[in-house]
Amino acid sequence: MKLNPPLPSTGATASTMGTEPRNVVLSRSPRQLAWARFTRDKKTVVAAVIVGIYVLLAIAAPILVALGVLNPYDNNQDLIANDSLPIGAFGGISWDHPFGVEPGLGRDTLSRIWFGLTFSFAIAIIGSFFAMLLGVVFGIIAGLTGGWVDYLIGRLIDLTLAFPQTLMLLALSSTVLGILTTVFFIPEGDLARAAYVILVLAVFGWVGVARVIRGQVLSIREREYIDAAKLIGASPMRRWFREVLPNLWAPILVQGTLILPAYISTEAALAYLNVSVQQPTPTLGNVLQDAVRYPVADFTYFIIPVLVLVILVVAFNLLGDGLRDALDPKGSR
Amino acid sequence: MLAFIIRRILVGFAMIVVMIFVVFALFFANGNPAINQCGKYCTPEKLDEITGLLGYDKSIPEQFTAFSAGLVVGRDFPVNDEYRAALIENGYENRIIHCAAPCLGYSQSDQKTVNQLLVKAAGPTLSLAIVSFLIWIFFGVLIGVIAAINKGRWLDRVVVGSTLVVYALPVFVIGTFFLQYVAIKWQLYPYPRFEPLKEPADILPWLTGILLPALTLALFFMAAYVRYTRAFVLESMSEDYIRTARSKGLPERTVLFKHGLRSALTPLVTLAGLDFASLLAGAIITESVFNYQGMGALAVKANNNHDLPVLIGLVIVGAAAVIVMNIIVDILYAYIDPRVRVTK
Repeated sequence: MKLNPPLPSTGATASTMGTEPRNVVLSRSPRQLAWARFTRDKKTVVAAVIVGIYVLLAIAAPILVALGVLNPYDNNQDLIANDSLPIGAFGGISWDHPFGVEPGLGRDTLSRIWFGLTFSFAIAIIGSFFAMLLGVVFGIIAGLTGGWVDYLIGRLIDLTLAFPQTLMLLALSSTVLGILTTVFFIPEGDLARAAYVILVLAVFGWVGVARVIRGQVLSIREREYIDAAKLIGASPMRRWFREVLPNLWAPILVQGTLILPAYISTEAALAYLNVSVQQPTPTLGNVLQDAVRYPVADFTYFIIPVLVLVILVVAFNLLGDGLRDALDPKGSR
Repeated sequence: MLAFIIRRILVGFAMIVVMIFVVFALFFANGNPAINQCGKYCTPEKLDEITGLLGYDKSIPEQFTAFSAGLVVGRDFPVNDEYRAALIENGYENRIIHCAAPCLGYSQSDQKTVNQLLVKAAGPTLSLAIVSFLIWIFFGVLIGVIAAINKGRWLDRVVVGSTLVVYALPVFVIGTFFLQYVAIKWQLYPYPRFEPLKEPADILPWLTGILLPALTLALFFMAAYVRYTRAFVLESMSEDYIRTARSKGLPERTVLFKHGLRSALTPLVTLAGLDFASLLAGAIITESVFNYQGMGALAVKANNNHDLPVLIGLVIVGAAAVIVMNIIVDILYAYIDPRVRVTK
């Protein structure tokens, strides 16, 4: 099965369909129009604020760990009862440990989730960067050249999509980890595993991006202003670089916002299969992997990372949807 | 049309050949895989035995050719000719394993051909795939259409909002919740255990055993299909021919079901076909949450044992399923969508 493809759109929302005020005579640039649409949609603004908070938290975590405010690695055996569950109600929530402590080792849950956020974000951002890079390059090449190059890229996309992703990344992990450490001299352990996850995200992720970008290039290529540019004698290079490519930043931004949360979820799924970065280094994925071992015994410990992940992914997707509506009101999909 | 079908099948066949080669190139990129499989207490003799049994000493193109030939005419293990000759000479002819076409390889750790292992694992995986497919298509399309009809109202907002949340929940969290709370703690549902479907009377226990894992898997796809359906229906309901249908006085119900849905649901055929095919290599996470012994569990076990032939077999079967489904869907599409004009 496919691991967490980006969330599909639901079509244009009510707030962006034909609600442009008609009596305004002031001319506004497309950017101003987009900004107006973006800020009018309250849901998107709230989502943007939540995403902003998450990003700030992820940036702050390493500093707080260095300062000793967060302690994701220290065991607290004194807070763990004989049945290996935390002492006290709600997973051992206390002033020192606002989210409780981990069953077994008694590490602070808040610190682990918070610092895990940093690692998850880092992996997802680097993974999306490479997926976007590959996808945009292949998408533009396919869209602009057409013909047999387009056909070959199309078959490459089909082939990539045909591979059972979850199975491939599980099955290839030992081979590729071996290559990463022996050929590329990436130190064994967390770094190699993070590199593997990033590689998997990029190799399987570029396909979706390439399809969207190719479609965009094809539709932009047929617009009137390209014909106009051709008519006034603009060279092909000028038409591509000055007329077509600048119009791609909107779909690129939207795609980026939509694949990032998908990759954070994917990292969690990979962690469940033991492929991602391993304990004691925290990621949202491996905290969740540990949490699903105590769904009933320690409900607090189970539900908190789930909520953190769900809020993050929902906020990111709402932001992506809002961006799409704001930047591309006609909804060319 | 016939030319289109033939061309599509030829391209699909070429893709399967390329796919198998890519699989070989990937899995053999890091040297002799027997070293991994041999494990911690490896002796040179054992290493040679595995290498000779599975033919890992040959070059990648040679192994690819031998594997491809095995798909067509079958193979004998051990692959190494001298090993086989030695077995016959010493009267151990029964130790030569014949793997009939289409041979996918031999699992040294299970002492069985990959085909036998796959056939055994296919039951749970197929059941899971079919039941969850039916659930997600039925409810996904239904809820999506309801949301589209009520666009902008609270029902639509609730539906779209819940798809976001369901989509954000990892499959293993949903599965764990169903298993640990619904089945074990609250006892609302019998513990899900796979019961093979051998005769018509088995259908009830089979369905009971499969429903929770199928629902787990289906929820994730349902979230996506509700959104697809809503988008497609909204798009098709804004077409000119819908306005024509309305203006000639057709009741809204006829407009929706006869004119709107038909074009809205055609693209879903492609998506549904490919998503279904992608499940045939096993839903690894769902199967491992519910401890189902399907293809996914086989993959996890093979991965732990470094049992390369099984992994390669699974990947190839899974990818081939998607490629074949791609062809079927393309041909279907040309039939059901009048806008697709197949040229030549």
